[in-house]
Amino acid sequence: MQRVSVHRLGEVLLASLQQELTDSLAVALQQDLTGMAAAGTRGVIIDISQVEIVDSFLARVLAEIAAATRILAGRTVVCGMRPSVAITMVEMGLGLPGLHTTRSLEDALTLLEAGEVSP
Amino acid sequence: MTTAAVMSLPITSDLEIAGVRQAVREAAVAAGFSLVEQTKVVTAASELARNTLVHGGGGRLEITMLERPQGKGIRLRFRDEGPGIADVETALSDGYTTGHGLGLGLGGARRLVQEFAIDTGPGRGTTVTVTAWPRGARRV
Amino acid sequence: MTVAESSGAAAVAEFLRARREQLAQQWADLALFRAVYTSGRDIAVNAAHGLVDALTEVARDGRMDDVTVPALDQVRALLAQVIAARSQAGAGPLQVAGEVAELKRPVIAMVGRELADVNRGAALIAATDLMGTVRLVGMEISLSDEGAIVARQRQQLSEIATPVLKLWDRVVAVPLIGTLDSARTQVVMETLLEAIVDERATVAILDITGVPLVDTVVAQHLMKTALAVRLMGARCVVSGIRPQIAQTIVQLGIDLGDITTRATLADALEWALAQVGTSVGRA
Ligand SMILES: Nc1ncnc2c1ncn2[C@@H]1O[C@H](COP(=O)(O)OP(=O)(O)OP(=O)(O)O)[C@@H](O)[C@H]1O
Ligand SMILES: [Mg+2]
Repeated sequence: MQRVSVHRLGEVLLASLQQELTDSLAVALQQDLTGMAAAGTRGVIIDISQVEIVDSFLARVLAEIAAATRILAGRTVVCGMRPSVAITMVEMGLGLPGLHTTRSLEDALTLLEAGEVSP
Repeated sequence: MTTAAVMSLPITSDLEIAGVRQAVREAAVAAGFSLVEQTKVVTAASELARNTLVHGGGGRLEITMLERPQGKGIRLRFRDEGPGIADVETALSDGYTTGHGLGLGLGGARRLVQEFAIDTGPGRGTTVTVTAWPRGARRV
Repeated sequence: MTVAESSGAAAVAEFLRARREQLAQQWADLALFRAVYTSGRDIAVNAAHGLVDALTEVARDGRMDDVTVPALDQVRALLAQVIAARSQAGAGPLQVAGEVAELKRPVIAMVGRELADVNRGAALIAATDLMGTVRLVGMEISLSDEGAIVARQRQQLSEIATPVLKLWDRVVAVPLIGTLDSARTQVVMETLLEAIVDERATVAILDITGVPLVDTVVAQHLMKTALAVRLMGARCVVSGIRPQIAQTIVQLGIDLGDITTRATLADALEWALAQVGTSVGRA
């Protein structure tokens, strides 16, 4: 089965989600990230700029990644959400509790490097 | 209102949920939905298809293209032969789940479409029918 | 209608019914269907079935070269969907017309190959007429569809009476003026969020100085906009809340949650400039 690849950039784990993500791929990613996050990892960045929809399942997986990461490694930042996705989530009543959001990958890296913002 | 081009898709695996999203997106594009309107109806379809699979034990989606003088729309009918829902109002309320979900799927999907109907009952299976129109085609 | 004509039409109707599957399979591979139904060949075949069935009805009716028969309505509806999708994808009317015309070849080839000698002549003529009609209907749709697109663009232009301003590097603002109904607020929200992407903004200012009335509905829209801005990783500040409006908000018991508010646009800009650089949103 294909997987979402996770890259390590120094102390940061980066996962870029593809356009179409099945539920099992999302769950596999959650396991991979939780497995890889360990001492010395500052945080996790999930780039969703290619993602065309976020439904309640993906929202829950993201929140659970954030919760697990908080214990093990630090913060989870979701970056690059598309306007159409943001509008739909708000209309639907979905949020991303426990997650930080940034416009771009650069902003996400800056945020994790700065490190002074409380989780 | 005229209806045309019914297409029917199976929902028996999470790969097929992805197929549902793709097919609904194409139907929405064909009906002239804006990007935001497409995203809303595809997201609603994703929620309902997952309920069909997870709670209903699998089923089918039927997509119907609608047409009336103001414009085109799409109707989605999700049908399963699962346990059914005893209390629909409770199931629709935010945060209610019998599984591990957020309990936002059903209520959230309802907020994303223009028409929403559930036909269900214990032991009867569940049929959820939703209709979406692009902005220009909403006034009756 | 002559006897030969009606027997030709009947032969075509019977042929379409019997060869529904083969024909749908061939049409599904043509550019028209392939380009629209990209998620799977099954879906393209399914859509093609619909068109074969609709044409079978026309052939049963018997008037193959009359573009006004009611039996054509279904054909028109199906073609309209496919053509709309093609033109949305950027295909011009001529290209689309060409793609519709391609539907003819497999029909004629199959009729010529498969029908018995006694029927073939009349059936070929009837099938040619029928596919000529399909082509005409296609032309009519793609031309009127072009009209629809122009009209839609005009409407969108008039909606952008709400300009989004770039106030500073990474700071955008939208001055709201007049009454805010749901449809307009939706447009404002979309325009603002798009501007955040285009301008790579990290702060968005919603200035409501020009809004005469803030009721619960408007407040809810402001909340939604602020939430969506945050999900996108930017921050939102609402400015221009005049004293009377602040009072109404309190009296109505509206909770603006943790939306940042400032009295004037200048105050909001000051706040925005302090934020730029940290560029962090909290979901
Ligand atoms: N097709 C169905 N068949 C049987 N029960 C259903 C069906 N759809 C929904 N339900 C019931 O309604 C409840 C609420 O559904 P809803 O989609 O809102 O939440 P959920 O699926 O539990 O979580 P999520 O937020 O991930 O969607 C479900 O927990 C389930 O008990
Ligand atoms: Mg659900």
